[in-house]
Amino acid sequence: MGYRLGVDVGGTFTDLLLFDTDSGAFWRHKTPSTPHDSSEGILNGVTAICAKAGIAAGAIDYFLHGTTVATNAVLEGKGARVGLVTTEGYRDIMQIARSYVPGGLAGWIIWPKPQPLAALEDTVTVKGRMDAQGQEVRPLDEADVRAQLAVLKAQGVEAVTVSLINAYANGAHEARIGAIAAEELPGVPVSLSHEVLPEMQEYERTLTTVANASVRPVVGKYVSNLRNRLAAEGMTGKLSLLRSDGGLMSAQKAEEHPVSILMSGPAGGVTGAIWVGRNAGIRNILTLDVGGTSTDVALIENLEPRRQRTTEVGHLSVRASALDVKTVGAGGGSIAYVPALTRALRVGPQSAGAVPGPVAYGKGGTAPTVTDANVVLGYLPENLLGGTFQLDREGAKAAVQTIADALGIGLMEAARGIIDIVNENMFGALRMISVQQGYDPRDFALMGFGGAGPLHVNAVARLMGSWPAVSPVSPGVLCALGDATTRMRTETARSWSRLARETAPEDLLAVLDEMAAHVRAELLADGVPESEIATSFEVDVRYAGQAFEVPLSITAQILADDGIAGVLARFDEEHKRLFTFNMDTPHEIVNLRAVALGRALDLPAAELEQGNGDPSAAKVRDHVLWMDGAEQAAVIYDRARLKAGDVIPGPAIVCEMDSTTLIETGCVATVDKVGNILINLA
Amino acid sequence: MPAQIVQTNPKPFAKVAIDPVTLDIIENALRNARVEMDATLVRTAMSPGIREQGDAFPLIADHTGKMIVGQFGSFIGGFLANYDGTLEEGDMIFLSDPYSVDGAISHSNDWLVLLPVFKDGRLIAYTSMFGHQSDIGGKVVGSMPINAHSIYEEGVRIPPVKIWRKGEYNADLMKLVMHQTRKPDWCAADLNALIASCRVAARRVIEMAERFGDDVYVSATQELLARNHRAMKTLLGQAVSEEPVSFEDYICDDGMGFGPYRIRCTMWREGETVVLDFDGTDPQSAASINFYLNENMFKMFFGIYMIMVFDPQILFNDGFYDLIDVRIPEGSLLKPRFPAALSGRTHALGRIFDILGGLLGQKTPEFLNAAGFSSSPHLFYAGNDTRPGKGQAWFQLFQIGFGGIPGRPLGDGPDGHSLWPGFTNVPNEFLERYFPMMIERYSTEPDSGGAGLHRGGNGIHMTYRFLSAGTIAIHDDRWFVPPWGVNGGDPGKRARKILEKADGTTQIVGNKVEDLAVEAGDQLHFITWGGGGWGDPLERDPALVGKEIVQGLVTPQGARAYGVVADARGEVDEAATQALRADMRAQRGGALPVFNTGPGLDALRAACQAETGLPAPIPPVWPQAEAAE
Repeated sequence: MGYRLGVDVGGTFTDLLLFDTDSGAFWRHKTPSTPHDSSEGILNGVTAICAKAGIAAGAIDYFLHGTTVATNAVLEGKGARVGLVTTEGYRDIMQIARSYVPGGLAGWIIWPKPQPLAALEDTVTVKGRMDAQGQEVRPLDEADVRAQLAVLKAQGVEAVTVSLINAYANGAHEARIGAIAAEELPGVPVSLSHEVLPEMQEYERTLTTVANASVRPVVGKYVSNLRNRLAAEGMTGKLSLLRSDGGLMSAQKAEEHPVSILMSGPAGGVTGAIWVGRNAGIRNILTLDVGGTSTDVALIENLEPRRQRTTEVGHLSVRASALDVKTVGAGGGSIAYVPALTRALRVGPQSAGAVPGPVAYGKGGTAPTVTDANVVLGYLPENLLGGTFQLDREGAKAAVQTIADALGIGLMEAARGIIDIVNENMFGALRMISVQQGYDPRDFALMGFGGAGPLHVNAVARLMGSWPAVSPVSPGVLCALGDATTRMRTETARSWSRLARETAPEDLLAVLDEMAAHVRAELLADGVPESEIATSFEVDVRYAGQAFEVPLSITAQILADDGIAGVLARFDEEHKRLFTFNMDTPHEIVNLRAVALGRALDLPAAELEQGNGDPSAAKVRDHVLWMDGAEQAAVIYDRARLKAGDVIPGPAIVCEMDSTTLIETGCVATVDKVGNILINLA
Repeated sequence: MPAQIVQTNPKPFAKVAIDPVTLDIIENALRNARVEMDATLVRTAMSPGIREQGDAFPLIADHTGKMIVGQFGSFIGGFLANYDGTLEEGDMIFLSDPYSVDGAISHSNDWLVLLPVFKDGRLIAYTSMFGHQSDIGGKVVGSMPINAHSIYEEGVRIPPVKIWRKGEYNADLMKLVMHQTRKPDWCAADLNALIASCRVAARRVIEMAERFGDDVYVSATQELLARNHRAMKTLLGQAVSEEPVSFEDYICDDGMGFGPYRIRCTMWREGETVVLDFDGTDPQSAASINFYLNENMFKMFFGIYMIMVFDPQILFNDGFYDLIDVRIPEGSLLKPRFPAALSGRTHALGRIFDILGGLLGQKTPEFLNAAGFSSSPHLFYAGNDTRPGKGQAWFQLFQIGFGGIPGRPLGDGPDGHSLWPGFTNVPNEFLERYFPMMIERYSTEPDSGGAGLHRGGNGIHMTYRFLSAGTIAIHDDRWFVPPWGVNGGDPGKRARKILEKADGTTQIVGNKVEDLAVEAGDQLHFITWGGGGWGDPLERDPALVGKEIVQGLVTPQGARAYGVVADARGEVDEAATQALRADMRAQRGGALPVFNTGPGLDALRAACQAETGLPAPIPPVWPQAEAAE
């Protein structure tokens, strides 16, 4: 084996985690991100972490990378200028979208008009039509196609997408337009909707294809730049990127299909949590990834994360598999305020961000934030380890006092109120992915990570009844850890759209086999050995007429043994779990997917030295904090000095380089054999 | 006789002090529970009306029936006052008769379930949800006959009955109800979905009460109502003048050749109380365009508009109801006498929102929005599929259309969007897959949005090609009286419907028609209206107008309304534009009107045939006699 390097580039910091696959030892490093060219920060980090480990960059076999480059391109409108070719009569497909206006009754009054990802002036239509069965109704008019492509050329588009009505049923017209585009606009990349997403629903298919084309040049440039710079440092290892669904894909594949990495960032934390859970013997996990402006939550059942078929980026909902991560605008930088009319206490979604940041950071922030409340309460001690970063507690107090005055309550009550409200917002998001999906949160542990997750995890676990509350090893670089420890993945999807009773199992199997061959070939092409590839299938089923499909994982064996009826029985069971009832209505098989996975790596964590249960060797100092309505004596510990088996009664604080774990009164923490802190009710 | 509430535990809830943080947490949790109701519904409902278009509305009320979260306000108080029966643990009420709940639902297509939530023998909350059923029987497919003269023609009417009685399901009742509809499968699924949503919310309420304590939970709901009352009192005092302001708008016609029908509302404040008086609204129609407007629902609409316009931070509930006094004349279009037909009420329901906007913005034009897409135009298409291999299978489609959002203080109105919360369009590939039709065109209608500094959103031009013979019905409005512009903005363009026969001939079709036969190969152009413009169109950046020509949203001819001279490539002739604008400014003279409602009814009438291809509606006359039983 050898070394795997996980690298996660965030807005403020670039996190690196170097993993020795033989010993389980790892090194971590945090370095400031360099937004003008991320590879600079990455290289700084690579140099530093290789020095820490005492290895040369050339010794790294796998460079595994989670990146928000595609996400930001979409959110900031920095993607390529995409020309769209669609069917006559549908020029406004992106302008009209789904006609949906968010925000409830009268919400339209305050809803800004969005600009489509492919501009209307860069959208043309062509004559030619397929019907819903894939039969040609009117032939393609090739002279017209050339004329319309000339319009796009004159507009100066940087990429072309073709998305025609019913192309999911027959892509022949799209393919022909693609060939003509290659002639008319040589060198301009072309994406075809029936290749990117062969599924029904014209808006979603078009949006996904356009999004893909839009971020492709950005991602391509990013990857080649990174590859070149790494090569210059002597790194010859394999470069892979983290997909939104938690798997890895080769950098080449990511360049072609960047829509698969739109949520690469949040996925890293979830895959990291899976690695932690496997080593800690915890198989059901709710994740709580608390950052500066928002919190991401996800559900992991039996070490498998829940996935969904859509990726939400800003106001866009793109059809690409992603981990089912819910985001709430609640983080360390969330601003607390009291509106004059209602005098209610509100926290977020406005955030102080990285600049000016919380008041306590002393970078010019004036609005009270969640971090300030944590500082006021003593949950974030003023002198963090290393002492390079001094918190301004008096400034934080003055800011939180404005909230206390507006509410007519004491300073500490106001600070704790801010924490309670933000915890409640996190709780709401966690409920959406657990209770609302039919899961009992008491069957799950809650794992807090990201900069502030371990500060809130104990309190939120109490709300959820999810124990233990886990502060994993290296909570601040868990995303990079996830990048380093997950495996290769690819998938393909196809519309089926037939009633189950009209579907013969052998037809279904034939198509699934064909799809399986396709995804296996993709991983083979990415260098995964044949023997290490595992394939599985998913079938989306619903009662005919429903809008919501339930995805079911099935194997060829189940189909062979139990036939279609076996699939339907599983659907009925899942539908009942989700919605409490079943129906006599016929079942419809909507979509099919084949998934290919590379080998799951057995990467054990390094074990800590066994202690005697007494953590006092790790004690930094005594401390006072405010909890349960009173000042309380607490102890601050240094995480690096804790030993396996140490037992820490709350209230206590455990500090490390980039994170702080809070153990509340009435709770007790134990350190497991690999260094995770598991908090339970005392 | 009022409902008799049976509680096995007579102990009243104690009022306890609530700290502000707990209060906000409970409010938050209630909001989350409401979101869960919506999510549950959409995932399990089956009719396209609910599952794709989200035509359903949830509510969580306190133990006295006041709405804590939701958006249509609570009808429960009125229901309890009139329900002659008991309400006890394990009961669930089911109803659809608007006359049984003072119009809290406004036509029989809306099925409503109400779940009283008991905890330890005490009634602690209500959850409720109603949703539009695609077919409930009656004389036409879709059960919304525009030409109905009484509610008896509009399908099954369900008075408040118990679908569950003390935990026991009334299967016979449901058999009887489902026997009346053409689409029992959809109705059954949608009703299941409504019930599942109410049960989810009930579970959440009980969990909250367990977490905080029953007394804390109940006291918190009361404080949430009080908080809203305080906030709205302040807001009303600031935003509503004691001097009366009036606004009126019209329903174009009743589908029987008569129209327009006027809706008029006058608003003033007397001390703390705001009066909203519909005196001057026309009497009820003999057809089905009547809208039985529930006073509480209108209070809620008013409150939500106030909040959205002036302070979006406030969360709305029923707490402010006693600050509003709504007066609706008996026998008017908005309070028709039983058994007036109600199924075509969507136009008046929508128009109410334009009227609210016009009332609230009059004294503060900077907050004023133009008239918008204030209706749910829809198409019905039904028949037996005559295509080869389809076995004459029955199909029926009910589809809601969308149009132009008005020009707003914030900016342009979005094109082809929905004013209704949560509504989405149905994917055309879905329509083509499951119905005998092809959608040949789905685009915005250029120039249909009213010109303005902020342009009104364009309406939609949707072309259906029918692949099987069948019948269609159309319900739309704003074809005669245009959607008005504000602060100098122009009105939006009106709605049109054109049937293009397979043989190439075309005919203009009315905007409210029933039972129109179509043949395979016919195309229907369903064109909705645009939103009104906001602000002086001569102030709009000519380059932006030029860009919108390239985008196909505005034509070179339409650019003239902005005083912009440009060619088909969007190239603006600067000199000609300056000259045209100067000319237009000189001609208009004086200050721009706050409202531009078009040329007025007489002029519209005179030009109607020429401009719309349809005869002008005849001014309605009201017979002395009551509507026929």
